[in-house]
Formats: sequence, structure tokens, C-alpha cells
Amino acid sequence: MEIVRSQRSRTNTPNDSVSTLPLYRYAPQLEVRLEDFEVFAMDRLRVLKGISDALARGKRPEEMENLVRDLWKANMRHPEASEDVNKDIISHFVLRLVYCRTEDLRKWFLSMETALYRYRFLLGSSEAKRALMEEFDLPCKAISRTEFENAKEKLEQVARSFDQPLPTADAIFYKVPFEEVPELVAGRRVYIHKGHAYVAMHQVVSLVVTQFRSNLSKALILTNRKWTSTIREQEKDRLTPIVEALSMSYLGPDYSQTKEFGEISIKDLDQLARSSFPLCMRHLFDKLREDHHLKHGGRMQLGLFLKGVGLRMEDALAFWKAEFSHKVGAERFDKEYAYSIRHNYGKEGKRTDYTPYSCQKIISSTPGVGDHHGCPYRHFSEENLRAALGRMGVGSRAMEDVVDKVRNRHYQLACTLTFEAVHSSSCDAGINHPNQYFSDSHKILQPKSKITNIQVQIVGQPHSDQAEMAKFRPSNLQTCKS
Amino acid sequence: MTKEESKNGSDDMLIDGPKQGNVIPDGFNPNYLKVYYGRLFPHADIFKWMSYGNDGRHPACDKSYFGRREFSFTLDNDIYLRFQSFNSESELENSIKEKCPSKIDIGPVYSVDPAKRHAYAQGGDNVFAPVERELIFDIDITDYDDVRYCCSGADVCLECWPLMTVAIKVIDTALRDDFGFDHILWVYSGRRGVHCWVCDGKARRLTNEQRGAIADYFRVYKVGNENSNKKVSFPGPLHPFLVRSYTEVLREFFEEKLLLSQNLFSTEERYEKILSMIPDESVTSELRGKWQENRRSSNSKEDINFFRWEQLKNTLQSGKQKVQGLRRCVEEIVFAFTYPRLDMEVSKHRNHLLKAPFCVHPKTGRVCIPIDPKDCEELDPTTVPTLSELLRELNTGDSRMDVDNGMLTQVTMSYCFPPFSTLSSSGIKYHCLLIQAVL
Repeated sequence: MEIVRSQRSRTNTPNDSVSTLPLYRYAPQLEVRLEDFEVFAMDRLRVLKGISDALARGKRPEEMENLVRDLWKANMRHPEASEDVNKDIISHFVLRLVYCRTEDLRKWFLSMETALYRYRFLLGSSEAKRALMEEFDLPCKAISRTEFENAKEKLEQVARSFDQPLPTADAIFYKVPFEEVPELVAGRRVYIHKGHAYVAMHQVVSLVVTQFRSNLSKALILTNRKWTSTIREQEKDRLTPIVEALSMSYLGPDYSQTKEFGEISIKDLDQLARSSFPLCMRHLFDKLREDHHLKHGGRMQLGLFLKGVGLRMEDALAFWKAEFSHKVGAERFDKEYAYSIRHNYGKEGKRTDYTPYSCQKIISSTPGVGDHHGCPYRHFSEENLRAALGRMGVGSRAMEDVVDKVRNRHYQLACTLTFEAVHSSSCDAGINHPNQYFSDSHKILQPKSKITNIQVQIVGQPHSDQAEMAKFRPSNLQTCKS
Repeated sequence: MTKEESKNGSDDMLIDGPKQGNVIPDGFNPNYLKVYYGRLFPHADIFKWMSYGNDGRHPACDKSYFGRREFSFTLDNDIYLRFQSFNSESELENSIKEKCPSKIDIGPVYSVDPAKRHAYAQGGDNVFAPVERELIFDIDITDYDDVRYCCSGADVCLECWPLMTVAIKVIDTALRDDFGFDHILWVYSGRRGVHCWVCDGKARRLTNEQRGAIADYFRVYKVGNENSNKKVSFPGPLHPFLVRSYTEVLREFFEEKLLLSQNLFSTEERYEKILSMIPDESVTSELRGKWQENRRSSNSKEDINFFRWEQLKNTLQSGKQKVQGLRRCVEEIVFAFTYPRLDMEVSKHRNHLLKAPFCVHPKTGRVCIPIDPKDCEELDPTTVPTLSELLRELNTGDSRMDVDNGMLTQVTMSYCFPPFSTLSSSGIKYHCLLIQAVL
């Protein structure tokens, strides 16, 4: 309540395109209409989803700033300007409830809310920035003249390495524990000495965002505990169905249980790889056939994809064994590699049924020397990419379009264009997941009637194991929602 | 063969010669491990180290600390036991002696005793999670296969091992000077690389994100896989950390050692690989032209690698090359060949396991001995003591090996770190390192 009031007094500037940033420290003590509860949350989700898509396409920071401003304007304005702040806070806390419930949901929400916070902070006036820094009570202090002179040479080196203007004598630098600015450390964007990072004024957003992120991360864990211990049960007829439906609505399909094409048998793999695998998987597949080996990252990326495609565990074991045996021998395969395949299928270790990697995950992976995983559009040199696209049968015209997207770092769009070129068919939804690429391709290449036949047959199979069947239960969300 | 080995050989002759059956042949033998764990393995030191002062001797300590640490044992028959935990030094020691693991891995300290994690899991609350873990690095010579011509795979020799030495120097300096860590332990991994344990309290409490940031700070290899020619590419002038690494370590190593030891320019295939890192067609064809003629000109006395490298540098850094990017190519090439190649995933997560120091590598039989970063050039992986050598020394009854006389109790380590720091006083033969460490 306290927060809400103080914020309200500050938002008397309706022209400010992005309203003042709250800290979201306490949930508001307000009465919220059930309808608003859901509508506000959906509006905020649209913003977060927009951010998520843009990040996946590799948008630049400048582009992101504009995008966030537009998204916010389009979705988060309340008819009454004075209610903007309330809508902001309410929607945030509703989504906390929605996205606190599993590790994956928390991770997604945390990174999107953090991104949103970052760009809203950057869009604010310098006065607002300073005020916010004070409120956060950040562990930093400006360095003295002498300290500046001592570190000057290094600070200049850092500035030059990023083509930034050299720091002038009146420049303000903050000295903070390096742990507080991980992203600046990761990018070598700061000078670090004896555990302290020297953060320039224009980099403080990083400090704020780190603080925000760590507060929210802790809060989500606590919310989850509260949710599982009390709220879920108490609200089972009122909020729980809304909360559960909200998280489903925007995350896209989960490809861990794609069984709609039934089993894929080993003998079909070569043919399918040629016709329906996205380039990342096709490359791994070809390399595996060629070298009879893949390093860990490659085994994970391809292995889980094949699982999502419908390769049963027994077949997966046989498939990998056949290849690896050429190189390491059957015995060593059984000893060193079979475990991790069973592990992927949830039959070993903590018995989690692992999900195939999404494009976002693959694009952000960091393949090293000797690795073949990752997203070819991002990780190949242009020359190698062109050669690979040629082998897939992408014509010269389409190839230019693809390469153009790659240059602008729109890796998923590049993949979508490849899909369209190879299948001579449009793909309006865009490619977000290798398994989606596969299933879309399969849909185009396979006559419809046949698919439904297989589906019926599979679902009706008596020997499908219990765990799998359980996950097929139809979602009852629609009925709840009414 | 070092002096030490031949000396041992003669000792064997003297003492074991007459009564056959006491000879210890080379190579790894699981039976030796029993003796090793029984009489040489520094259980007490490992316990003391892993307790970080929480050893129950003073009132403020956390008595549950050591017991929440995960140990993993790989047994002889490839059975893998995860989530072993011990409440005291004697529990640890007894279990190791009893199970006689061919490998011991050390994991994180968890929120609760890892052996009882299932009991806690019943609560449904995600309470079983890693809370502390040393910041670790794993560097493996196999990752350098594209820049070494002497060996490949798990093999190493004295020509390529210095790549590891360089890695230790670069990373160690940055950990101390940049990140301000003090308690750093380097360990030979027993075969083809080195491990690093950063043990400062601050380091142990780093989040995964912060670990990732440090790992990325150390990364210069471009995000890209086998399918990209240029492994290193600097968009602008270098960050101070890279400048220091380059001027203090890498440049000298490349020009004075690697260039010659790996014959980097001696054949067309090799120099083509370097030329492929230069993005300017006119420069590469100019150099290629000079090298293909292969004239044994007046400086035939000079080493061909050195000569060609000078030619390349002159061409790239001559006044003609206005493009800054081309001048940086020299640095990029040096980095591509010499900069440390870390296994990123190991460093990024709290829950990664890493082989304990003083394990014995099952293939080579060599002991994973600590390395003093100040003297890392001294480490010769081909003369690191092996299990059989150590046992031979035990049998000779060498005075240093007075095991019963409380070898394990006379620990000179300070409360936590640098552990084993006493072992690195210069001039000690590797054969003695382990024994020195615990005496």
C-alpha cells in the first residue's frame, strides 16, 4: 500500500511514455476485480512475450529500447492514467503467482521481467535513474580523484575496446564488487582490479538490473512455497484455474511429448534427416555418420531432438551404439555413453524426462573447439553456411535472403526462410523449435489421412507405459475457465 | 629417466632383489590402491581443507559443514557412487579405505546432507540444492588438438605441455589481480590437463550466473564451432586483462617457444591454416607467393618458422595496412594458438563434480599432484610420480617414508589455505611432492 501511494503521487506526468518504475517490493494491499486480475496479467504477458520473441531474434539494444516503449504503450496504459501504476504492480504480482510454479516458468519470467526492467530504466530520465539507484541502496561508491588517476590508463583501455569516448576528468566511476555486475564482467566491459569493477555512469543500469533480478529471483522462490503450501488449495475454485491457464497460454507447445507422428524407426532416419530436419540437426546427424562421434553438447542437442521426434529409447540406444561402435567400440559405448541416453529418457539419475532444446537455447549455447552443436545460422561462418544451405537445396535467391537475415542476427527468421525455400511452402508462425520445424515439415510432406491413422494407433497401443499415458490426459483448463 | 628413477631402480635391486615377489612392476594395479589409500593418501589434509575451519574445534563453526559435501566414488568395476557424505575425518578415511575407489570426485556443499536428500525431498520444498562450491576450472590438452602437431588426443609431450603452463599463468594472474582471489590450488589432472580450485569464501559462494560471468571474462574464442575458420576475433583494441596476458605471457611464449617447437610455418598445410585467419586477400596472396617460392635465401640459417612469422608481422603491421583490424590479426593469431582453452561448462555451475587432488589416474597411474603456479614450468607430466614408483619407495623404507610416525598428523597446512603450500619450495623432485605435501 505504501508503495502504491508514493508511486501514485509521482505519476502526474501522463506524457511520460514509460511511467516511473516501482521496486515491486511488496504486494499491493488493494482489492482487485477478478476480471482485472486476468486482463492485466494478459496485457503484461503480451509485453513479455514480445520481448521474448525479439530477444530470440537477436535484436540490438537500441531496437529493444524502442520495442519495449511501444509494447508498453500499446498494452499497459490504463484508461485512467492514474491507474497505470496500479496496473503495472498488480499485473506483475499476478504473473509472479503464475510463473513461480516450476523452474522453467521462473526462469522465463525472471529473464523477461529483467529485460523489461532494464529498458524501462534506460528510457527514464536521469533524475528518475538517480532516484531509483538511491531506493535500491546499491553497494557502490564513486571513486576519488586519486583513484581515478591511478586507474586512468586501464579505464581508457576499456573504453577504447568498446569504441567509447575516453573518460574525462569529471567522469564518475563507481567501484563495486565484481559479483554485482556479472554481465559487465562477462563482456569484459569494465576494468576489474582486486575484486572490484569500475563501472562508468552509463553502465549503472547493469547494477540496477542485477539487483532487481536477484530480488525477484528470491521472491519467486518464496511465492512458490506459499503457492504450494496454501494458496493453491485455498483458491482452487477461484484463482487457481486462472493462474494455471495463464501460464499455458504463452509458452508455446512443449515438445517433450511429441508423439503425434508415432514412432520413428531407425531405418527412416536418414530419409527424414534429409527431408525434415532443420539444419542444426541435419548437421549433427551428418557429422555423427561421418565421424561416428559427437561431443557432449552435440549428443544432447541431437539426442533430445530425436526423442522429441519419436525415437524410442531402445532405438535411440541402438542408433547411437551403431555409430559410436565404429569409433570407440561397443563395450566402451555401453560403459560410457549408454547411461546418458537412458538419462535423457528419464530412466537414470534423478529421472527427469528431459525436454528437447528450443531455438532460443540452441542459439545461446556456446560451442567450442570440436563441437558441432549450436545454431548454424549463428555459429557457422558465412562460407560454411552457404555450402550447407546449398546441400539442403536452397536456391541462390533464397540463399541471399537467408544470409541477409543472418547478418542482421535474425537467426530464427533465417531458419524460417530456409524452411520455406526447402518446402516451397510458407511458414507463417516462424520457427521457434527444431521439433516444430520437423513436425511442420512432416505435415507438409505427409498426406493428412495417414497421420491421423498413426495417431489413433499409437494412443491405443496397449504397451505404452503408464507414465506416458498419464501425460496424455486432456487439459481441463477450458472447462475450469468458464 | 630422471636421476630419481634410476636411483630407485638400484634401491629395488638392493632390497627387493634377493627376495623375489616383492617387486612392484610398473603400471596401474588396483591392489596398489589399497596400499596407497592405507598409507599415503592425505585423508587428514583433504578433511582439513574441505572443512574450511568448520572442524568442530571452536564454538562458532558449522558442524554440519563437512557432512553436507558430496563425494563421489568410481569403483573398480565402473560402478559410480554419487552423493556420498561423511561426518568426520575417520568416516571419510574408512570409507575410502574400504571402497578403494579408482577415482574420487568432489562436488558441492549442499543445503542438507546429500546422502539424505530423498528424505528432505518428501517435503516437496526444493530444499536440496548446492549452496557452496569452489570456483573450478578444467583445462584439457585435447582441446588444443588443432594447434599442436606433436600429439593428439590424450597424449602429451614436453613440446605441447607448455600450453598448459601458459594457461596456468594467464588464469592464475587474473584470478589474483583482477578478481582478488588468494586461495588458489592448481592440480595436475593425472594425464592430459590441469584443474584449478579457487577456495576463497567469496568464490565458494558465487552464484551460477557470477561463475558464468567469470568464465566469459576468460573466453576469447569466438562463439562458434568447428565450422568457423577464425577462432579468435577482436572487434576493437584489447581489454586490459588481454593486454596483460598478451604482453606478459602469450607473445613471448608464441615467438620463442611454440613457433619453433610446433613448426607452425614449416609446411604449406600449416601456414595455410594461419593465412586463413587473415581476412585480407591481398596480404595472404603476397605472403603465400613468398613462401611458395621457397627460396633458400641468404637467411637460410635462420629458422624458417621464425623467418616467416617475421615476414607475416611486417606485412600486417607495415604502414601500408591502414585498417586497424589487420594489425590486430597478429594478436589474434597469437591468441588462437596460445590462449587458455577452458571447459566452460565445468566452471559455470555449482554442481559440477571435479576429481579430487591426490587421486591416481587409472590409465597412467600418475598421482594428481598440486602444482605451484609460481613454478609451473617445473612440472613435467612425464615424470610425475606414479603409484608403482611411490610404492617402491615405500618398500625401500626410505627415511622420508616414516609412515607410522604420524605422517598424516604432521600437517603444515594453515587453517584452510593455501593447502599444500609447503610442497612447492623450489628444487623438490616431483617424486617427493606428495610425500612433502603431507610431511
